[in-house]
Amino acid sequence: MNNTYFRKYALIELVLFLTLVLFLSPFYLVLANSFKTFAEITQNAATLPSIIHWENYSIAWKSINLPIAFRNTIVITLLGSIGIALISAMASYRIVRYDSRANRLLFGMCIASMAVPFQAVMIPLIKVAKWFQFMNNIQGIIVVYWGLGVSFAVILFHGFIKSIPIELEESARMDGCGPYRVYWKVVFPLLKPMVVTVILINSFSIWNDFLLPKIMLQKPGFGTVQLAVSTFFGEMEKDWNTALAALVITSAPLLVLFLFLQRYIIDGITAGAVKG
Amino acid sequence: MNRVWSSSIMQQIVFMGPFVVLFILITAIPFTFGIYYSFTDWNGLSDKLPWVGIDNYKFIFTNDTAFIHSLWFTIRFTIVSVILCNVIGFAIAYFLSKPLKSRNVLRTLFFMPNVIGGIILGFIWLFIYTQGFSTIGEYTGIAFFNLPWLATEATAFWALVIVFVWQGVGYIMVYYIAGLANVPRDLIEAATIDGANTSQVLRNVIFPMVMPSITVCIFISTVASFKSFDLNYSLTKGGPFLSTESVAMNIYTEAFAKNNMGLGAAKAIVFFFIVMIISIIQVSLTKKREVQV
Repeated sequence: MNNTYFRKYALIELVLFLTLVLFLSPFYLVLANSFKTFAEITQNAATLPSIIHWENYSIAWKSINLPIAFRNTIVITLLGSIGIALISAMASYRIVRYDSRANRLLFGMCIASMAVPFQAVMIPLIKVAKWFQFMNNIQGIIVVYWGLGVSFAVILFHGFIKSIPIELEESARMDGCGPYRVYWKVVFPLLKPMVVTVILINSFSIWNDFLLPKIMLQKPGFGTVQLAVSTFFGEMEKDWNTALAALVITSAPLLVLFLFLQRYIIDGITAGAVKG
Repeated sequence: MNRVWSSSIMQQIVFMGPFVVLFILITAIPFTFGIYYSFTDWNGLSDKLPWVGIDNYKFIFTNDTAFIHSLWFTIRFTIVSVILCNVIGFAIAYFLSKPLKSRNVLRTLFFMPNVIGGIILGFIWLFIYTQGFSTIGEYTGIAFFNLPWLATEATAFWALVIVFVWQGVGYIMVYYIAGLANVPRDLIEAATIDGANTSQVLRNVIFPMVMPSITVCIFISTVASFKSFDLNYSLTKGGPFLSTESVAMNIYTEAFAKNNMGLGAAKAIVFFFIVMIISIIQVSLTKKREVQV
């Protein structure tokens, strides 16, 4: 048994592993060189560092104000993605269970808006954001993320809620549950897998988003991680040792989170595709 | 009181209200205003919106060589990236759908670059192209690594394609793995027993069965590469000589660096129509296939 496995698949596995080494080598180069001095990098970028220079990290941490950038990004990402999930779960529930012409039209608009690229709303969005004083405002950008994220999330929940049997809600209603309690106590707990998916998908896309913060958060102290990194490269393009440390600091949290939650994330992506 | 609160209208407001308000404010109003702005000469600051009719659109298609060039770049970039992403993504998925012991680990690791945002990936590869490659070139003497990757127009194009494919291939792979998992095992076995070899099974059994995944993957990768912005911004800054400026980047520069909001809005509408046409083609292709099956 073991022998046939070996003969059949060992070669495939070996080729895939070699491809993977090549595939992940950029991460090695960034990590290894982030501990070197600049001279050592230019001399030889392929070797491991001879002495580990932690100070690259402390310089990077302070010079682009990463603590504040991280705080802002975490707040925006968490409140943004949780808000999208809560708002769109409610709306989707109503659309599925109360099939009126208005609701059908709204769902159609959700689908249609999938074809609208961000660039097509970006310019007037700044005007709208100014009306509500959303510019240079963390709460403001969170609300804009809600607006940009709800349509897709409504579509995701729509397919999911349809598959939930209505009998549960009916029996709860028989027992004297009001509509809001039925939703919150009976329906919402059943939506949990999709809530997790929606929160995860949106968390990664909000965390990684560059363009919206770039045009909405221009005052210093309001920046996100992506903005901080890009200003770093604008100012000190050639200080590779600290620049690489900054890249490690900013990408490591996401990679760690991904490795812990990879099953949910990958399954969530494919679940979305089948329905969407 | 209780009866009013639980009435249908009240429920509609409670459940749908937040969504409707957000949709109107953040999507519907900006989109409608965008169409209006595209017929004006608005500079983004003044309260005046000087009406210029279709002048912006005329300018885009007759005089704006930078926009035409960015459109041409984006089309070439999309075609090459979509082909490479799907071919490589399918190949990896095909091998990972074999009962390998390490398949889950491999799947996770191939997906990894996708987790990090385009801006950071662009800077990572800026380092690879300017420092890492030259070291490898010195060691191995392979000419590939000694090319001036970001300095010439031809190599900068491929530099972006490489990074885009590197980032996107894991995402595409995940879809293909899901598609391949849905191919019934007995169908493949039956074909093998009838004497079909591996490539015949692939061509006549597996490809037809994963056709829905192929449509979805081509659509996803087309839209993603067509909207490409972050990588171009951080890796090449659209250079050298604007040769790798994507449409999304051209719109951004027009609106926010040159403050030509009216012209930028017009370009955004053109961009929207192209993305819409791609989406319509995708939807109709999927529908057609569903009928066949």
